[in-house]
Amino acid sequence: MYEGMIAETTTMRGHGGDDIMAYLARPLGAGPFPGVVLIHHAPGWDEWYREATRKFAHHGYAAISPNLYHREGPGSPDDVAAKVRAAGGVPDDQVIGDVEGAMRYLRALPYHNGKVGVIGTCSGGRQTYLVACRGKGVDAAVDCWGGRVVMSQQELNPRQPVAPIDYTKDLSCPLLGLFGEEDQSPTPEQVALHEEELKKHGKTYEFHMYSNAGHGFFYYDRPNYRIEQALDGWNKVFAFFEKHLSVPSGAGAGV
Amino acid sequence: MCTWIVEKADISGSAKGPNGWFPVTRANVCYDHPSHAFLEHSLNIDFVNEELGTGARVAVEMSAESARSLVRAILAALETGDGQHQPGYSLSGASAD
Repeated sequence: MYEGMIAETTTMRGHGGDDIMAYLARPLGAGPFPGVVLIHHAPGWDEWYREATRKFAHHGYAAISPNLYHREGPGSPDDVAAKVRAAGGVPDDQVIGDVEGAMRYLRALPYHNGKVGVIGTCSGGRQTYLVACRGKGVDAAVDCWGGRVVMSQQELNPRQPVAPIDYTKDLSCPLLGLFGEEDQSPTPEQVALHEEELKKHGKTYEFHMYSNAGHGFFYYDRPNYRIEQALDGWNKVFAFFEKHLSVPSGAGAGV
Repeated sequence: MCTWIVEKADISGSAKGPNGWFPVTRANVCYDHPSHAFLEHSLNIDFVNEELGTGARVAVEMSAESARSLVRAILAALETGDGQHQPGYSLSGASAD
């Protein structure tokens, strides 16, 4: 069967009505395809996130990854990320607005099935949780090793004024969390605190804590890559989204 | 990049990047995940000039041990330099030892 996809940059309306760039990938064909928003990690809107966006298209999703650092100007992803890092990150409210804009973008597409999942890694995992709690219209969320969901008072600042864990009562969709036992942010203790809060509020979630894995174990080009855990993690991500985003039977990259 | 440990120093000097020399005004120092070095965490220094854009950056990523060696080397060089600029210092006296 013939397979194909379109992957391209596009412009979308983000927080405050700002036009920002995004990377969009979708299978060829009429659909309808479920949607996924990918929230990039702290190192920026980089090649890995483009690859991950195309991976979702390969699995039958209309996937979009907004450039959350667009307002910092053009440049190589690592230079822009360094600027954002020095500034203390991007404001939480802005991220939520940008991701909501990406969800609106997907829902306006003629080949979309109306469902949207959100996934993010590293700082994007934390932001995924924020969007799942504070944003509107998220059908399923995947937090991959998001650090600083649990934050001390000293870590709070004007850009990140509230610890995401404090929004747990507002979590509006099922949550999947993937973590590594050797991670220092989040630590297993912080993940346990998060889980306790989810239980307290009766939320639907599944957390997986991988042994012999630390931070960022999906990144095949970094020393923390763990092939076994990464493959299992990806399987869990796709099973979770298939369950909650109602992937139509037989949908894929084929036409 | 999940520690968000960043220290900043205003500096005066120059750095050489892919497009040649440019004035640098700040050093951003962080201890976090590196972009390129094959380490889980690294001491990263960005010598930047924000007025010249995001590309005006000379970046270094090194192990914590390397960073401490670098600090010692910088301080030793500065100490020697300070000594040589003290009143009464003479090159002939130094070479006679």
